[in-house]
Amino acid sequence: MWVWFHRLGSSPYFYARAPIWGRWFAVVAALLGAYGLVGGLYLAPPDYQQGEGFRIIYVHVPSAWMSMFVYTSMAVAGAVALIWRLKIAEVYVAAAAPIGASFTALALLTGMLWGKPMWGVWWVWDARLTSELILLFLYLGIIALYSAIEDKRSAARAASVLALVGVVNIPIIHYSVEWWHTLHQGPTVTKFDKPSMDSRMLWPLLSMALAFMAYHGVVVLARMRVELMSRERYSRWVREVLEGAAGEGK
Amino acid sequence: MSGFALMLRRDLRLAIRSRSEAAMPLLFFAVLLAIFPLALDPEPALQRALAPAGLWIAALVSHLLSLERLWRDDLEDGFIEQMLLSPLSPVGLILGKVTAHWLVSGLPLVLIAPLFLNAMHVEGQASAMGSLALLLGTPVLSLVGGIIVALTLALPRGGMMLGLLALPMYVPVLVFGAGIMQAAMLGLPVAGQLYLLCALLVLALTLAPLAMQVALRLGVDS
Repeated sequence: MWVWFHRLGSSPYFYARAPIWGRWFAVVAALLGAYGLVGGLYLAPPDYQQGEGFRIIYVHVPSAWMSMFVYTSMAVAGAVALIWRLKIAEVYVAAAAPIGASFTALALLTGMLWGKPMWGVWWVWDARLTSELILLFLYLGIIALYSAIEDKRSAARAASVLALVGVVNIPIIHYSVEWWHTLHQGPTVTKFDKPSMDSRMLWPLLSMALAFMAYHGVVVLARMRVELMSRERYSRWVREVLEGAAGEGK
Repeated sequence: MSGFALMLRRDLRLAIRSRSEAAMPLLFFAVLLAIFPLALDPEPALQRALAPAGLWIAALVSHLLSLERLWRDDLEDGFIEQMLLSPLSPVGLILGKVTAHWLVSGLPLVLIAPLFLNAMHVEGQASAMGSLALLLGTPVLSLVGGIIVALTLALPRGGMMLGLLALPMYVPVLVFGAGIMQAAMLGLPVAGQLYLLCALLVLALTLAPLAMQVALRLGVDS
């Protein structure tokens, strides 16, 4: 196991292997995504209350889940980067942040699109919406900090610390906004009690969630490769890779 | 003498020697509070309703502006490096520094808050609870903000980025702090929210010095 762990820390090894893993992730994402889309948009019956409008959950819910999953994974990778100084973990934090931010933005946007016809408003200061918005700002902060610090190693470590502080803070933020709302007794937000979902609706949703996760794997591996290469652009293995590519092109 | 007391004494002495600079956060806070009602209708009920929001936003902004002073000057003259190298416990030193910073730029805000609240027609229990919430909340801001500033030390200047990084982290303090005052104004019990704010303070006191230590090491290395 440790051999594998150490090999993962070596950049040329990771650079060579990442496309292979990426391909598997892509296959999984395509298969599950295809089933999820067909099952969700075509086979699943319309909701008895929301009609066809509910189908946006096949994008909305997986991206909301992913927004939290990616942040947590960044915090774990950040801890690994700070404790064991594993380079790949540092690169993961940097590479995953924009993807997580995109998932968060997608969840917010699809939520708004759904909220307008269902609730009659684009936005309410509901606990979940608010903490998702704060999460977006946390992501943007990490991206900004990482890109502002020139030395990429210390940039990645600073971003890791920030991700860890954020991950301690996120549950507190979530519950504080939730209590804020209940204490205020503001406009009654229609919180739909989730009726236990029909299995014809549920399976495509779970499949979509896994497809999103696999898609994240594809994109993050590709981004990590590029990040790794640009960081180590003066090292020998990058030059060898580039010369090899140029040689093939001739 | 412990590292905490040494650092506290040093930083307070520095603040006393540069009094006008140390008074800036307080003056800034006072000006913000003075102009806030000018944006409102002079109706007492409306002013009272918006007083918690005004108080906390002004506190956050003036705190944010004072935050950079916590580490920046000491990084530039190499003091932080010496602090981390010293045989004294870094956690004690860091806590001493944050405490001094709070005494200079946090506590005065708490002391003048009742004046503003009185002018906004908030009185009695609500005013006392509002100040108490500020008293419990501002140290959390200093502790959490201290981590964020330490992370931006690798940059030539924190500036605007500080707001983007720090303000989302302050949401719980803002929510509970302003919530306590609003509940007190409505005559609702506030004990629960006060306890939560105390819990946040204890959590920040426990974890923030460790995070600051890691962040400062990064800032010194780069």
